[in-house]
Amino acid sequence: MKNRDEIAQALAASGYIADANLATAISLMQLLRRPLLLEGEAGVGKTEVAKALAKVHATELIRLQCYEGLDQSSALYEWNYQRQLLTIQAHRGADSIEDQVFSEKYLLERPLLAAIRRPKAPVLLIDEIDRADDEFEAFLLELLSDFQVSIPELGTIPAVTIPHVVLTSNGTRELSDALRRRCLYHYVDYPDVDRETRIILARVAGASPSLSFQIARMVEGVRKEELRKVPGVAETLDWAAALVGLDVRDLHDAPETVHETLICLLKTHEDRARATPEVTQRLLGKVA
Amino acid sequence: MSCCGSSPGYDDLDQVSRLVSARLAAFLRTLRDAGFRVGLAEGQDAATLMSSGYAARSGLLRAAFKHLLSARKSDWDKFDGLFDAFWLGQRVRSRSRTIGSTPGASNPSLKSLQDAAAEQGGSQSITDQLPSSDDAPEGRSGEGRMEGASPAENIAEVDFRKLSDPDQVAEAHEAAAQLARAMRTRLTRRDLARRRGYRLDLRRTIHRNISHGGVPISLVKRQRKHKPLRLIVLLDASGSMSMYTSVFLRFIHGVLDQFREAEAFLFHTRLAYVSDAMKEKNAARALDRLSIMAQGAGGGTKIGESLQTFNRWHARRVIHSRSCVMIVSDGYETGDAALLGREMAALARRCRRIVWLNPMMAWEGYTPEARGIRAALPHVDLYAPANSLQSLRALEPYLMKL
Repeated sequence: MKNRDEIAQALAASGYIADANLATAISLMQLLRRPLLLEGEAGVGKTEVAKALAKVHATELIRLQCYEGLDQSSALYEWNYQRQLLTIQAHRGADSIEDQVFSEKYLLERPLLAAIRRPKAPVLLIDEIDRADDEFEAFLLELLSDFQVSIPELGTIPAVTIPHVVLTSNGTRELSDALRRRCLYHYVDYPDVDRETRIILARVAGASPSLSFQIARMVEGVRKEELRKVPGVAETLDWAAALVGLDVRDLHDAPETVHETLICLLKTHEDRARATPEVTQRLLGKVA
Repeated sequence: MSCCGSSPGYDDLDQVSRLVSARLAAFLRTLRDAGFRVGLAEGQDAATLMSSGYAARSGLLRAAFKHLLSARKSDWDKFDGLFDAFWLGQRVRSRSRTIGSTPGASNPSLKSLQDAAAEQGGSQSITDQLPSSDDAPEGRSGEGRMEGASPAENIAEVDFRKLSDPDQVAEAHEAAAQLARAMRTRLTRRDLARRRGYRLDLRRTIHRNISHGGVPISLVKRQRKHKPLRLIVLLDASGSMSMYTSVFLRFIHGVLDQFREAEAFLFHTRLAYVSDAMKEKNAARALDRLSIMAQGAGGGTKIGESLQTFNRWHARRVIHSRSCVMIVSDGYETGDAALLGREMAALARRCRRIVWLNPMMAWEGYTPEARGIRAALPHVDLYAPANSLQSLRALEPYLMKL
């Protein structure tokens, strides 16, 4: 699969509406075998890209959620200590016990090791890499360029297949130039009205095209308001599902319901307080 | 993707590809001039793309190059303009040296290709990708000098405003840098000594206790990672602060150079992110870049609006749990003081500490009358004078407690 139109179609079939730019990035990922770094605000659908990609390739999605203090043993591999202890106790006094307990049989795969040992290349999602520490980022760099891992007790384990790697970042911390340079870069923005309409149509069962369009327009207006937490695509989908569930066919017919259900979009007390019925009315007025 | 059009003869192809790669090298150079960090590997991949059919459609090539060659949002935003200017000949105010004097068809001029080829064949190499920090230092004998603290002691108590002759100013600059270095060292040492709370390293423990039949007699422990203090400096570069700005800039440069995690912003009527300029190793050059950024003062100081910009666009990225925001300003707000109060409250919710340094505070008879400072004070954890090196040094114990 090379053509970006084909990629966009395949992604759409798996429920992700991509713009042409993203489709190009994914085709490049395959051509150049580079990881793809997705940056953008929270809730714009970065993680969804990886999920959709896994569906497109009909392969497994292996996800590594990064956090502060994430270290190799939780990301790469760990030894099965209980089992090792039991074995050592059972074979007390045996000479070769050390070699035995540090063998493949006692190895616990963590996401990164799993990703390079699958017979069919999986999609490896390294989520929110900006939350991990610098040291981990540096370690990742080595793994992503060589696709091999060295385990002191076992030696080097080369990759069976090279996974499709997607990294996401919310920009909590500035990533190193080294990491950025190894990746293809794509900035994921909030979708425009047209794309958001298509996303709602694809993801919310029972949403009519006209309602989807209205919702997308309304959300666009809400995003332009001065908010502490700008609603993402996930919030839009929640709201759309709520409206459909409450049997709203046209936003103008049910202004009160619209106002009450805005809690799906606004996630802080301040934002909620700012969205008075008048504000809702004004925003509704802009929705054709 | 199918390959490009009809196939020319072998020699032609060779000629074409040489021209194309020279042109590509020139483009990469343009990008580097514009601040992109493009390495050799990216160059090779770009060449691969051009030879695998992407070159046939400029829109597609632009999208592909954009993903490959940009690495951050700022690159992403300016890439299209640079690409169009270079490849499609659209006019952009650019200092690109590659466009020759030949009046232009849409094709690249011959001269530019020659230039590019010469550059490519010549000294253009890895050194070109490095930041220019290793250029010869421009007459700053003080750079890296570590002997004694005497200059600091001489002028430690002098108000920065009263430093007049260039030698004294240079001395103060150097002392500020030294102070920043010393603070960094002490803060780090303190951190190391304080590091407690060990976790068991099971893998090593088991290794070590195999001979005991697995009974964990000797434990191996892992040291907890410590999170470095992050300092975020917001420096008022308005007219009323002009006497102090340059020494503070030097101090902040020292801080940014020494702290592993620090960010800096300048503000007057608007906010500018200056960490990158500050990370320039050569202090003189960093200050040059900054004084250019600091220009535009004179229209008053909009602290509230600047903070609003900071809260909205930068705070989430730069502030973490061990962050201290240091605002250096006299608090003369020409904008909306109520807005300043609101934004200070928002900032206080986010970060651990807010330190407000006010050079005027040490003046005799000064009281915080300015509207701005009165609105801000309720949200400030430490309000301190900062008009001399001594006062800067007095901050250290406070920063340690973070």
